[in-house]
Amino acid sequence: MITRRSILALTGATILATTPMIAQAQDWQPRKPIDFVIMAGPGGGADQIARYIQSVAEQKDLTNRPLVPNNKGGGSGAEALIHVSTASDPDHTILVTLNSFFTTPLRQENLGIDVQAFTPVAMMGVDPFVLWVHKDSGITTFDDYVAKVKEMGGEYVMGGTGAGQEDSIVIAFMSGAYDLDIKYIPYDGGGAVAKDLAGQQIMASVNNPAEAKGFYEAGDFTPLLAFSDERMPAYPDVPTIKELGHDFSYYNQRAVVGAPGMSDEAAAYYQTLFTEIYNSDEWQSYLTSESLSPLWMDASEQRDYWALQVENHQKLLAALGE
Amino acid sequence: MEVLSLLADGMLLSLQPLNLMMILIGVTVGLFIGAMPGLGSVNGVAILLPVTFLVPPGSAIIFLAAIYYGAMYGGAISSITLGIPGASTAVATTFDGRPLARQGKASLALVTAALASFVGGTVANILFTLFAPILATVALSFGPPEVFALMLLAFATFVGLGGDDIPKTVFSICFGLVLGAVGFDQISGAPRLVLFDYNGFLQGIGFLVLAIGVYGIGEMLWTIEQTRGEVTTTTPKMTAKGMAADTKEATKRGWKGTMIGSFLGFFVGILPAAGATPGSLMSYGVAKMVSRKPEEFGKGHPDGVAAPEAANNSASTGSMLPMLTLGIPGSPTTAILLGGMVIWGLVPGPRLFVDETEFVWGLIGSFYISNLAAVLMNLAFIPVFIWMLRMPFTILAPMIFVLSIAGGYAATRDMFDIWLMVGFGLGAFFLRKFDYPLAPAVLAIVLGPIAEPTLRQSLLLSSGDPSIFFTRPVAGPITIIALILIFLPAIKLLRRKRNTQKEPA
Repeated sequence: MITRRSILALTGATILATTPMIAQAQDWQPRKPIDFVIMAGPGGGADQIARYIQSVAEQKDLTNRPLVPNNKGGGSGAEALIHVSTASDPDHTILVTLNSFFTTPLRQENLGIDVQAFTPVAMMGVDPFVLWVHKDSGITTFDDYVAKVKEMGGEYVMGGTGAGQEDSIVIAFMSGAYDLDIKYIPYDGGGAVAKDLAGQQIMASVNNPAEAKGFYEAGDFTPLLAFSDERMPAYPDVPTIKELGHDFSYYNQRAVVGAPGMSDEAAAYYQTLFTEIYNSDEWQSYLTSESLSPLWMDASEQRDYWALQVENHQKLLAALGE
Repeated sequence: MEVLSLLADGMLLSLQPLNLMMILIGVTVGLFIGAMPGLGSVNGVAILLPVTFLVPPGSAIIFLAAIYYGAMYGGAISSITLGIPGASTAVATTFDGRPLARQGKASLALVTAALASFVGGTVANILFTLFAPILATVALSFGPPEVFALMLLAFATFVGLGGDDIPKTVFSICFGLVLGAVGFDQISGAPRLVLFDYNGFLQGIGFLVLAIGVYGIGEMLWTIEQTRGEVTTTTPKMTAKGMAADTKEATKRGWKGTMIGSFLGFFVGILPAAGATPGSLMSYGVAKMVSRKPEEFGKGHPDGVAAPEAANNSASTGSMLPMLTLGIPGSPTTAILLGGMVIWGLVPGPRLFVDETEFVWGLIGSFYISNLAAVLMNLAFIPVFIWMLRMPFTILAPMIFVLSIAGGYAATRDMFDIWLMVGFGLGAFFLRKFDYPLAPAVLAIVLGPIAEPTLRQSLLLSSGDPSIFFTRPVAGPITIIALILIFLPAIKLLRRKRNTQKEPA
């Protein structure tokens, strides 16, 4: 079993891709490895989720062809959007998205990406943001933090993902609300940001809980403020920015979408597949342990959600001066 | 010594029948995946991840680690015998491995590669065992300025080499840097250098595309032009006696490169930004720089094979360290391993060494065993690889061409990249005709995309003040050494000029 499967998989990568299509079966099934594109570099929140999803699919043997993760994090996800939009085989190309799915097409209209052209597959959950500092900073409350940033007078360094991406939106809102002057260093992914906070190259970050959890559990990171609607079960003592009187919450969407032009049969296949993954015990326990909020939607609800998010992000980006 | 008893337990664990079998299968499969042009450890680990769900997590990660090791050994094989880099980590191995093969010394190159890989892996394992927690701290102390300083040092080792044509080397580096800048800019998110508005350029130029183009296709064109297809490459013979002689020569002429590669590779490997490819290229550069005969590099010096091979094995082990201790993958392959660990219910990060002692030490123990299994397997298969070289060039040349294209397509799955690869092959052929060194361009396209964002992040940190590279305790000394190396040739040149002016008087 092992050898047969591995030999098949091996030759699959080189030969299957070039052999002519085999006649379609009645129920649509993938005929070759599925290009599982990730809108971010390795190690960040989106990447962890994609690899977890892939592992669940493999472990439960849900697909007859493997999902092959393909990190395309360049240009705040633009690289991934272009790759998926121009995919020669849309039926075998799916994308794990984050909010740059909305922001990048807005910021770079010349790319000609229309969000609504993509095919809705599944909303796997939404990921909240939390403000973290290193424990050696001695800061334990958000008030301390605000005082410290003001005292530093423009020299307080925070890291986050690329300009105009989720992290910078959250930090920009916070800076505006509390009149903070923060020096912002863009990184290519949340994993690198968390690592540089652990090494105290930067002073604070707004990593997703999943990215910071390891360091939090080891006692290196202190959470100060959550950008979720309600307090998170895993961090019951961390106040939300809403409690402090600002009507703001921000989540990163963890959704899977299909390439533009995907056939209805293929879309139905992936929708069934990801519903199954979503309902699995593995995914449900992942949502809990990594502090993601469930937000299940069907295909048409997803399209409405996209439209709403595009509108919201237009405002947020305008406020940022982008 | 608590560490030693933990390690002994770990080794015993990996010698259990199931685990030992996983190691042997993994190493063998890895060896062949690594030897396929274009396919490297990333592909091997990704393809075989599903298989691991059939066995317990401990055995599963041991299996994946064994594939990882096998692929690192295997990468050298096609680099040496065919001149096509088997994986991006083995590109530097072609620099001297291929010339050795063309001189009929393929077996020497293969033996050197195997032995250097073994030493590199062993050194890395020992460092890993003894200093893992401290080294994790070292990795954390490398912020953007430190990483940039290290990249500067890497470029310096290539510029500061005696014997080469320095203006041409600098040109080659700049050419590689420009190619490395194609695609999206990480800091601003804007697209750059989208030549002729082809969308294919938006995703940047893949390193493997350049490497296969330059070394697979370019090299073949060069050989055809040089020999007019008349000459068969070599008629290497393989005997036990020959192998013993090769071992002796490999030890004698490759030990220096092996040592450099083992330590430098490990160190570069533990930095999350870098990984095995920069590690092996840097080690090659340093080995050439400190060699007493730098002019022999690129023409077939065993040190030139030993350094990158020791380094890529050492760095592979090293890049496990940030993954296990910080939960941050040091290389694409470890990113996949990380995904595997999450599904097995293990949380990589600072707590792993404390909470999952048995798993961690079982894995480390398996590194030692895998490394030993890989070197034995590799040495055993050398006669098979040599046999491939006995084919007449008229058969070998089309085969290399097909393997380059197929391997390139398997890795990128994009026809645009294949045309680009052919273009680079032709370009490389002509650059070579004009005597431009190509290795620096290959180095630049790997290191440029690491160096540029870290340079800009550093300058953002310091509000544009470049003194940040000199005042920080780790970055400072590295930057200064790099600058001295860069200007060394200029100083030498000046001195030589002064001397020649004095002589007539």
